[in-house]
Amino acid sequence: MPDITRRRALTATAALAATATVTTLAAPGASAAGREHPGSVTGHEHPMPMPGSFDEVYKGRRIQGRPTTTGSGGHHHDHGGGYEVLVDGVRLHVMRNADGTWISVVSHYAPVSTPRAVARAAVDELQGAPLLPFPAN
Amino acid sequence: MTVRKNQATLTADEKKRFVSAVLELKRNGRYDEFVRTHNAFIMSDTDTGERTGHRSPSFLPWHRRFLLDFEQALQSVDPSVALPYWDWSTDRTVRAALWAPDFLGGTGRSTDGRVMDGPFAGSTGSWPMTIRVDGRTFLRRSLGTAVRELPTRAEVESVLSIPAYDMAPYNSASDGFRNNLEGWRGVNLHNRVHVWVGGQMATGVSPNDPVFWLHHAYVDKLWAEWQRRHPDAGYVPAGGTPDVVDLDETMKPWNDVRPADLLDHTRFYTFDS
Repeated sequence: MPDITRRRALTATAALAATATVTTLAAPGASAAGREHPGSVTGHEHPMPMPGSFDEVYKGRRIQGRPTTTGSGGHHHDHGGGYEVLVDGVRLHVMRNADGTWISVVSHYAPVSTPRAVARAAVDELQGAPLLPFPAN
Repeated sequence: MTVRKNQATLTADEKKRFVSAVLELKRNGRYDEFVRTHNAFIMSDTDTGERTGHRSPSFLPWHRRFLLDFEQALQSVDPSVALPYWDWSTDRTVRAALWAPDFLGGTGRSTDGRVMDGPFAGSTGSWPMTIRVDGRTFLRRSLGTAVRELPTRAEVESVLSIPAYDMAPYNSASDGFRNNLEGWRGVNLHNRVHVWVGGQMATGVSPNDPVFWLHHAYVDKLWAEWQRRHPDAGYVPAGGTPDVVDLDETMKPWNDVRPADLLDHTRFYTFDS
């Protein structure tokens, strides 16, 4: 599993990202989807394939996402589970749910299927406002 | 003894006293510490790691204690005040008295979500967003926009009928009452209400909107209703569960209170019905 994750992480192609999207979309609703996901390894902390990177301008703002090598960059408040998302270069706190869906600190109660979708939801929520670096204040 | 009432039944004087006490906690800085604490747990509670305030069995006792702290802070300002609850399955439109200018104020304007009326509107100058995740310093809402409908009473009933309190893996993937009430599974009760309100209520700093407390006071009441319906079912897990608060384990951030200490709300308050 770590080899697969690393290969997917390094080979940040749209095709692989799309594959991850499809598999996570299938997961919600299935019982204990995270544990039974194809390619999972019993006991592994992140049993699901890590989505690939993305980089685009959405509604006039640059959104980026990429797997992180250590699994967690900041050790106090960051539990993005090995993936980081930026909006105009500022890190957005994101989190992966057990069923493979994603949330962020600005859309915490409404899971979406991919990190790109969570970044776009954040841009929608922000309505042009700057994101503050976390932990804020 | 504190009696928590349905917000729809509050007198004008009760609304005024509640609002004044909330504004005083904001003024003296105590309010924002609640916002800060909530967001810290939102960001650190994870499905695969330590989880205490959310996505775990202790979601319900954690918020019960969090609300008790807030209610006691309110009562230090005005001992007559109790937390009201919002039964969103009944008072389910933007025309509910909850959203009137003499109580919480209404929805935000379409351009930027800014709440324009009521005691918590940005223009009052008395409700700044201090603990925030973006640059905006005013209260925002977008009632009924991101999701059209609040949960119905029938949906509430379907969740109250679930016999198991919680189930392994004790996170957002669980079956059982707790996760269906929290909303990561099933018809989605608690989470959906946060989304329906929108604005800060949809974020990790959701206690920035005073409706947070009324929403959670009703979620808390639903836990009490579930207990009455399932007197033989109890909090689980009972012991030895990594990353999860067992029945007799203490909870952060207090470290001196266990779920077992919080199962019986009548030690602290009763409900009007």
